[in-house]
Amino acid sequence: MSGIIKYFADILHGLKTLWAGMRITGKYFVSPGEIVTEQYPEIRHKKQIVSDRFKGEVIMPHDENNQHNCTGCGVCELNCPNGSIEIITKRIPDENGKMVRVIDKHIYHLSMCTFCGLCIKVCPTQALAWGQEFEHAVYDRTKLTKVLNKPGSSYKGLSSKKKEAKS
Amino acid sequence: MSEVIKNYIVRENEDYIVNMGPQHPSTHGVLRLELVLSGETVKQVVPHIGYIHRGIEKMCEYDTYKQIVHLTDRMDYLSAHINNEAVCLLVENALEIEVPERVKYIRVVLDELTRIASHQLWWSAYGMDLGALTAFFYGMRDREKILDIFEESFGSRLLHSFNTPGGLMHDVHPNFQKHAMEFVKYFRKKLPEYKQLLTDNVIFRNRTQGIGVMSRETAIAYGVTGPSGRGSGFSCDVRKIAPYGVYDQLEFEQILYEQGDSFARYMVRMKEMEQSLNIIEQAVDKITDGPFTAKVKPIIKLPEGEYYQRVETARGELGVYVVSDGKKFPYRVRFRSPNFSNLFVLNTIARGHLIADLVAISGSLDLVIPDIDR
Ligand code: SF4
Ligand code: SF4
Repeated sequence: MSGIIKYFADILHGLKTLWAGMRITGKYFVSPGEIVTEQYPEIRHKKQIVSDRFKGEVIMPHDENNQHNCTGCGVCELNCPNGSIEIITKRIPDENGKMVRVIDKHIYHLSMCTFCGLCIKVCPTQALAWGQEFEHAVYDRTKLTKVLNKPGSSYKGLSSKKKEAKS
Repeated sequence: MSEVIKNYIVRENEDYIVNMGPQHPSTHGVLRLELVLSGETVKQVVPHIGYIHRGIEKMCEYDTYKQIVHLTDRMDYLSAHINNEAVCLLVENALEIEVPERVKYIRVVLDELTRIASHQLWWSAYGMDLGALTAFFYGMRDREKILDIFEESFGSRLLHSFNTPGGLMHDVHPNFQKHAMEFVKYFRKKLPEYKQLLTDNVIFRNRTQGIGVMSRETAIAYGVTGPSGRGSGFSCDVRKIAPYGVYDQLEFEQILYEQGDSFARYMVRMKEMEQSLNIIEQAVDKITDGPFTAKVKPIIKLPEGEYYQRVETARGELGVYVVSDGKKFPYRVRFRSPNFSNLFVLNTIARGHLIADLVAISGSLDLVIPDIDR
């Protein structure tokens, strides 16, 4: 007899716990204010979806004169744990006609970068920063190799006269 | 040792051998379990590992100490911050660097946030493994709040590489404390939902109670640490037995359950989340103003010798062992990862259970595969 009672008591208990769970889902079903899902491609242009510090990619900020802060010292290349950065330098004359070494190409392999942030931290002139772009999917892997200094750009420390001579 | 050997049986001809994984969803990664079955009963589980081996220990020998930090993220990616801290503490202790108070408390808050986020993900996935898909959405919803705090301060959500020997990479966001406290309040309100959705569910209880019982002796013999070990009454919380950082100045309990079954391991994690909330509450108030890093030389060289540091990750005890020959690269690095030990107890505790129970057991051990293979 007690077996039968236990059998039905178990069913009752099971239904009760089931009800407790269903009540929560039901509560969210009827309260639209608590919706947390976002429609991804649609909200992209409506609001900023990543924070200001988001590590999307390494970029080199340029000012309005197309000048950057990179001296071509190569410290970032040395500190990168996986060879994502290659520095190619060249020699050009400065205002006194002396040959100086400047950056030619700052090559950044986004496909290899682990976003450790060491390059940005160690740069003595703060030439690098994080960019907030995160939609990096491409069909061709070579597109992920970027040259960070823009064409025709120059180091801020050099005089503008030589910049013209260079270009 | 003898206990370990006697659990491996001689196979018979009529045994049925099935591979679970490497693409099985409930192994949560590329792990292959070779099951010896008799009918639907598991006679033996042989884990085959190495599918995602990246040679992190070897890579560390060619990296400076600052560079090693970001590799530890990729081991147990759900405890990324705590793994980072292990390497940083090792270097700081070896060089006797005095880390600012502010950094210590920020690290504790981040550790505990990481632990909660990890347990939330485990809770979601465990419910899903056992057929309760609803749990998944609720766990993910609350984890998102923590990830937003992470993103705001360090720019990344999972692998933050935010610790560096001597302190932090940069300062936390000015809103960090406020948002951490908001999360504590929010999550305290939401925890009862977890109880109603899964913990009290009669189907869930029947599937976990008495399943995969691990005795305390087994836990110690296999070195099962973390919540899995504490579910068997093995007092192994590194935060208590060998406090690092400022854990000795904070009040919290070590959660111990004696039953040793899957449900006990489940309950340890649920209670640990509450403890973590308490720790965050205490530590946030103590974050003082100050520098975010101590003065460290650009190139760190450890004096010749051996160093060991252990920390409590969300899954157990992580040990970092470094042999240095005085150069800027370590001579040898070895990680004692919690999941490796936790995985190999599976054969002992899953024998005699059904295949469906094996999912419940391996889920309750909360394995992260990249941490096993490294
Ligand atoms: S980005 Fe900075 S560290 Fe790298 S080469 Fe330029 S100046 Fe040097
Ligand atoms: S973030 Fe790290 S991995 Fe990426 S380029 Fe900089 S140093 Fe290299």
